[in-house]
Amino acid sequence: MSFEGAEVLARPGESVAAALLGRDSAATRTTPVSGAGRTPFCMMGVCFDCLVTIDGLPNVQACMVEAREGMVIRRQHGARRIGKGS
Amino acid sequence: MTVDLAIIGAGPAGMAAARVAAEGGLRVTLLDEQNRPGGQIYRNIATAAEWGWLGNDYARGVDLIHGLNHQLITHQPRATVWRIDSDQGIIWSRDGQSHVTTAAQILLATGAQERPVPFPGWTLPGVMPAGAAQVLMKQSGMVPCDAILAGAGPLLYLVAAQMIEAGSPPQALIETDVDLLRALPRLPRAVPGAKTLAKGLGLIRRIRAAGVPRYRGAKDLRAAQVQDGQVAVSFSTRRGRQKLTSSLLLTHLGVIPQTHLARAMGLRHVYDHAQQAWRPSLSRWGQSSIENVFVAGDGGGIGGADAARAQGALAAIEILHRAGRLDAAERDHRARPLRRSLSRSLSVRPFLDAAYPVPPDFLAPADETIVCRCEEVTARAIRDALADGAHGMRLMRTTLRTGMGPCQGRMCEATVSGLIAEATGRDPSMIGPGRARSPVKPVTLAEIASLGLHPEENS
Repeated sequence: MSFEGAEVLARPGESVAAALLGRDSAATRTTPVSGAGRTPFCMMGVCFDCLVTIDGLPNVQACMVEAREGMVIRRQHGARRIGKGS
Repeated sequence: MTVDLAIIGAGPAGMAAARVAAEGGLRVTLLDEQNRPGGQIYRNIATAAEWGWLGNDYARGVDLIHGLNHQLITHQPRATVWRIDSDQGIIWSRDGQSHVTTAAQILLATGAQERPVPFPGWTLPGVMPAGAAQVLMKQSGMVPCDAILAGAGPLLYLVAAQMIEAGSPPQALIETDVDLLRALPRLPRAVPGAKTLAKGLGLIRRIRAAGVPRYRGAKDLRAAQVQDGQVAVSFSTRRGRQKLTSSLLLTHLGVIPQTHLARAMGLRHVYDHAQQAWRPSLSRWGQSSIENVFVAGDGGGIGGADAARAQGALAAIEILHRAGRLDAAERDHRARPLRRSLSRSLSVRPFLDAAYPVPPDFLAPADETIVCRCEEVTARAIRDALADGAHGMRLMRTTLRTGMGPCQGRMCEATVSGLIAEATGRDPSMIGPGRARSPVKPVTLAEIASLGLHPEENS
């Protein structure tokens, strides 16, 4: 699968969030209020700090989705845009 | 679809209950957010049990997973329950589509979440809860490298020991105050749980033997980003200000019940002073203030995996009794060993709760701390709003949007309530819990619309 165009490898059964964390420590999203960088935090669906765009669908909790071959993952900047993706 | 019993959560409580209920002849649907059953404690156990460094207690969940192989049990993975109606319609979402399951009886087995540990810098990349590291270890076999652990409580020691076992010991343990003086009087009551206490001491011995530096009585924890993706962690001890650097800071101050669904349904809750958290008010069978709604496991009060398993089974036999499949004598007979096991598991809790209280710094943190991670509201903003008269959770919501982001208060509620308590001198039981509303997890309007409910049902 890919993140921001770069190849990311994942183990079978691994979540997208885990695969992104294993890649490097760069932020996977920026916040809607201040634009600060965040990375996956709680890893169990509680905090929503791991929101990314997967295959064009914004606001996906990366910690709740299993990584699959060919997924196209994009950093989510701020809030999702209505009707357009991010 | 209509079933006899719907269970929300496939952790130890939910899995134990499903098996007992199905063996008693009830048709059970088990709804769970994860891909695989196990909950957080037995996450990915079917695969990961072979990773020896996770320990024997972890492997104990295997039989619960096997127990789900029963023709009367339907396990629905990746099912996020976002609303439960009083007429027993359970609405859940998977892959962007919602479904309704109706059930004669409902068991909430939603488990725990980590207690938020707010301090300046806790939103930085490189700072995570210790439980998140456990998820990475269980699901991905990813062991944190050179991490710093900070906080208090049994899980902190367990994670440290697992990291040592896996050959990647933590750089240091930063321990907040342990209140042994307050805990000691509760030690005699903990005797039935001596095995658990011995296990804890074993973990501490192991950490000591590995030579991991421990800083005790740490206060005023802070994290700041340094250039190369690392975080600088600073804190005060009696020896003065200390500073360490790592790519990963893992924090932990215990866990609290996940009660959003229970609260959105309107179940009566009580504030548990010992555990410093809200929990639903339950009978000894786990029955809530709504007659056919039961709660079992950590979602009803923190007791750990073994307690959850017993509570799930107890709720299931009472549900069988209510369904006319078990008479009272048989129910009580079957309950006896479960109650013994439950009381043994719970016996250590008062000691642990007293030994590891949440330090005041984390209930009402320093001004620059971001309290609401979603809306980036600082402790200073909350203190200012309090000075302007916003003395309740709801006023704080409307003033500052705390708890209005996608996590719906899961990360900030306890701290907002702590700050209100600090400013007003009120007891936490007089402040919360915040109101939880459906949908308790974000869903799109399109998904709600596609359910075709009547407008008044959508309100």
